[in-house]
Amino acid sequence: MLTGLYRPGTSVLHRTPAGAKLAGLLLLTTVLVALRTPLAVAVGAAITVVTYAVARMRPKDLWAQVRPLRWVALVLVPFQLWSGGPTAAIVVVGTLLVAVGAAGLVTLTTRVTEMLDAMLWLLRPLRRLGVDPARVALVLSMTIRAIPVLAATFDEVREARRARGLERSPRALITPLVVRTLRHADRLGEALAARGLDD
Amino acid sequence: MIKLDAVTHAYGERTVLRDITVDLPDHRIGIVGANGSGKSTLVRLLNGLVLPTSGSVTVHGLDTRRDGAQVRRKVGFVFADPDAQIVMPTVAEDVAFSLRRQRMDKAEATARVAGVLRRFGLEGHADHPAHLLSGGQKQLLALASVLVTEPQVLVCDEPTTLLDLRNARQVTGLISSLPQQIVLVTHHLHLLEGWPRVLVIDEGTIVADGPANDVLPYYVSLMSSPAATDAPPPR
Repeated sequence: MLTGLYRPGTSVLHRTPAGAKLAGLLLLTTVLVALRTPLAVAVGAAITVVTYAVARMRPKDLWAQVRPLRWVALVLVPFQLWSGGPTAAIVVVGTLLVAVGAAGLVTLTTRVTEMLDAMLWLLRPLRRLGVDPARVALVLSMTIRAIPVLAATFDEVREARRARGLERSPRALITPLVVRTLRHADRLGEALAARGLDD
Repeated sequence: MIKLDAVTHAYGERTVLRDITVDLPDHRIGIVGANGSGKSTLVRLLNGLVLPTSGSVTVHGLDTRRDGAQVRRKVGFVFADPDAQIVMPTVAEDVAFSLRRQRMDKAEATARVAGVLRRFGLEGHADHPAHLLSGGQKQLLALASVLVTEPQVLVCDEPTTLLDLRNARQVTGLISSLPQQIVLVTHHLHLLEGWPRVLVIDEGTIVADGPANDVLPYYVSLMSSPAATDAPPPR
């Protein structure tokens, strides 16, 4: 859910606190999973579409969120048709699409810092177990930030491999990718220390 | 004032800095040296990222070993690769991240972030993903994220190395205009022209120390021909 990116705006949804949006998302998905009926899926889908409109998002924004699921659906639909019939296929795949679509909308309308603040609040009880919520939140934000960096590193390594005529060598891809990723982690750790993270 | 007193630093068996004693009160200090000469380790000593194996480093009277957290509040650090120092996914969030440890009032923090972004010409990118910025804009963001905490000293370790000429000029122009004390490590010697103090590091020691006009020609000769080093280094 967090890998999507915030889209600035002034809609009601943008102004709604992150905690409320996360609670709404949890409620919607829980109801869908509990009821497991095509009607519930249809209502859930309608709610999702309406909330996208309320947030002034376009249909293509919704499509961008659920599009990565098309390959999963390609496998799930025939399997569910075979194992549970058409109703099961509609319920399982529909629930998945609605949940991902709704989660995507939370991401599109919520700044990462607001999401992290909400998570900090949610994770507070874990302090008793020795978990530092601030650290968990920071790890999550760094994970999001790392995705484009690692994607760029992957592209560069793949190009370098091609330039050396080693397109088919997995070692020529994996070794530099791992080395550069570790080096990046090392530098990131140093930068965090310089910004006083451990102080 | 930054003071290094008999500082030696070793990574395992390899000694990278040897018995360095120097006072750095100047407003602008350049550091040059070949790759592996020890200059990056030297500047990492200044905010306690690296602690000396022996000797001591003090910044405004604070010892980096004993008062590391306070030193880091006074000394900001900008690295060569902005991608490795941008932590948060969007521009404004990364700047705001620096203020988290200051426990600042939210409205005040938001105003401070907006002010810094405006100053660095990034106000139009506040909610943009950091990875979509150009190389120069990323380095400006890295600078903004450091300067939002208003450090008294700014250490920059090759901040223009990965930038094209236009972006390098923009970043350098901005660094030069800052009121803070600046310690700048660079291979781009023209950036240091006119600076009151430049140190040349070679094999872990300071081999020249003086105004840029005296030191840089010596450094160029040192790098060009070993024979030229027979000339006495400027001090």
